[in-house]
Amino acid sequence: MAIEHSDVLRAAHLARLGLNSDAEAAGYVDDLTRILEMVDRLQAVDTEGVAPLSHPLDATQRLRPDEVTETNQRETFQACAPETADGLYLVPRVVE
Amino acid sequence: MQWETVIGLEVHVQLATQSKIFSGASTAFGAEPNTQACAIDLGLPGVLPVLNEGAVAMAVQFGLAINAEIPETSLFERKNYFYPDLPKGYQTSQMAQPIVGKGEVEIVLDDDVRKRIRIHHAHLEEDAGKSLHEDFHGMSGIDLNRAGTPLLEIVSEPDMRSAKEAVAYIRAIHAIVTYLGISDGNMAEGSMRCDVNVSVRPKGQETLGTRAEIKNVNSFRFVERAIEFEVERQIELIEDGGKVVQETRLYDPDQDETRSMRTKEEANDYRYFPCPDLLPVMLDEAYIEHQRSTLPELPTEKRNRFETSLGLSTYDAGVLSSTRPMAEYFEAVLAVCGDAKQAANWVQGELSGHLNRENIDISNSPVTPEQLGGLISRVLDDTINGKAAKQVFAALWNNEGASADEIIDTRGLKQVTDTGAIEAMIDQVIADSPVQVAQYREADPEKRGKMIGYFVGQVMKASRGTANPQQVNGLLKQKLDEA
Repeated sequence: MAIEHSDVLRAAHLARLGLNSDAEAAGYVDDLTRILEMVDRLQAVDTEGVAPLSHPLDATQRLRPDEVTETNQRETFQACAPETADGLYLVPRVVE
Repeated sequence: MQWETVIGLEVHVQLATQSKIFSGASTAFGAEPNTQACAIDLGLPGVLPVLNEGAVAMAVQFGLAINAEIPETSLFERKNYFYPDLPKGYQTSQMAQPIVGKGEVEIVLDDDVRKRIRIHHAHLEEDAGKSLHEDFHGMSGIDLNRAGTPLLEIVSEPDMRSAKEAVAYIRAIHAIVTYLGISDGNMAEGSMRCDVNVSVRPKGQETLGTRAEIKNVNSFRFVERAIEFEVERQIELIEDGGKVVQETRLYDPDQDETRSMRTKEEANDYRYFPCPDLLPVMLDEAYIEHQRSTLPELPTEKRNRFETSLGLSTYDAGVLSSTRPMAEYFEAVLAVCGDAKQAANWVQGELSGHLNRENIDISNSPVTPEQLGGLISRVLDDTINGKAAKQVFAALWNNEGASADEIIDTRGLKQVTDTGAIEAMIDQVIADSPVQVAQYREADPEKRGKMIGYFVGQVMKASRGTANPQQVNGLLKQKLDEA
């Protein structure tokens, strides 16, 4: 599978990553192409009858009892927020 | 051309856990902003989510209630998108292997027509926070108390063919989750929200038309109106030679219309992948059977039992099983008085009338089921007549006595069945109404039936409502026709 310049730009946009130049994007085209070549080799392995692996650890999820254990730490958390008002975090205006 | 409407629904149900799906922060409604958002909910570096067993249990109970398969393994995935009320940059959700597989829900339409709606699956996910767009000096305010609240998203197949069916379906889901006690079902507070997928196609056509998704509709009435508007819009569009585009729309209740949300330049691409922080969830047979053992009688079962073993009408059975508090109240009344038909009439008549008038929920009724059952018992054993029963009910409602018996005693409402006493009152009324008596006796026998009402009224008044009306009627007839 070939990666194109436009794929890199799109992936960067979806991940909100800023690319400084076309040259930087071109570098990612090369890197990602090599990664996908490795994926192609993996794809070639016959996996007929093998259950998909969803997690590398051979363990299952531990469950937590439904209890409130956290207390209000708003002041601590908001101390590092750029801006707050009336207990709210303030962010650049979002308009749908 | 004849058009057919096709509707599928995604219902998000907020689960009634104490704590969040992946953290120990409280889910209580109405707290000060951000006082219930902990480090995990905020997505701070280095935190690890741990799944809430309460949320798992509730999802499994719902699955069992709709006869769904509960797979042994389910997985959590990350749904990636950027929005300020989603601090992690992804929503933890399920896609490939949800906790609840295929099931079905029975809906009841007018004229007792029943229909099965298939459920594609239901999955667990976390809610996002809330954005407040009032003016904070040109900025938006973010409250993350809701972030991480457990949701069960119930996805139906496109099996509904009208707005009415869609509403019946949501009502059925509402009844199931509130019967199970896994959600308070409060739509006004956002505990149940629906995304509605609507398309139209020429009648008889197999393939589905292009659908529009109406997001976040939050009342039964709005679901119905949003669908009706959208169906009309799509039909007009196609008949005018246009094409429906697949898009997300919003329903505006003030204008009663749906509007396109500004189409984003790029289609959503959520790049789901398995969440590395959460291991596969394994549920064994014993766990699932334990959950099954906690299930209460469900709305459909209750309705059927009310009809078949209690002999109630389809309508009565439907109303009385519509919510769990209503059903429990009715059954408690029945346990005291033993007469299902009378219990049904009183709960739906006098009681519901008073509750509606004062806008009180049945679970907060000032008249307890034991009191109402006691009152009905006194009607059944002829201690009081229907008229006195209404007085007793009013007194119980106003907390003017602890029980029907007490009120009957203190107010002297016991029905007078002593023929001598009733005859004495009748004689007095006849003596006091010479004009009416003369008119009655001159009238045709067919007309007398109506005219006797006046005398019955007078005698009842004289007895302060306590005379037995059947006896009064019979004795009056004898005496008036005598001469």
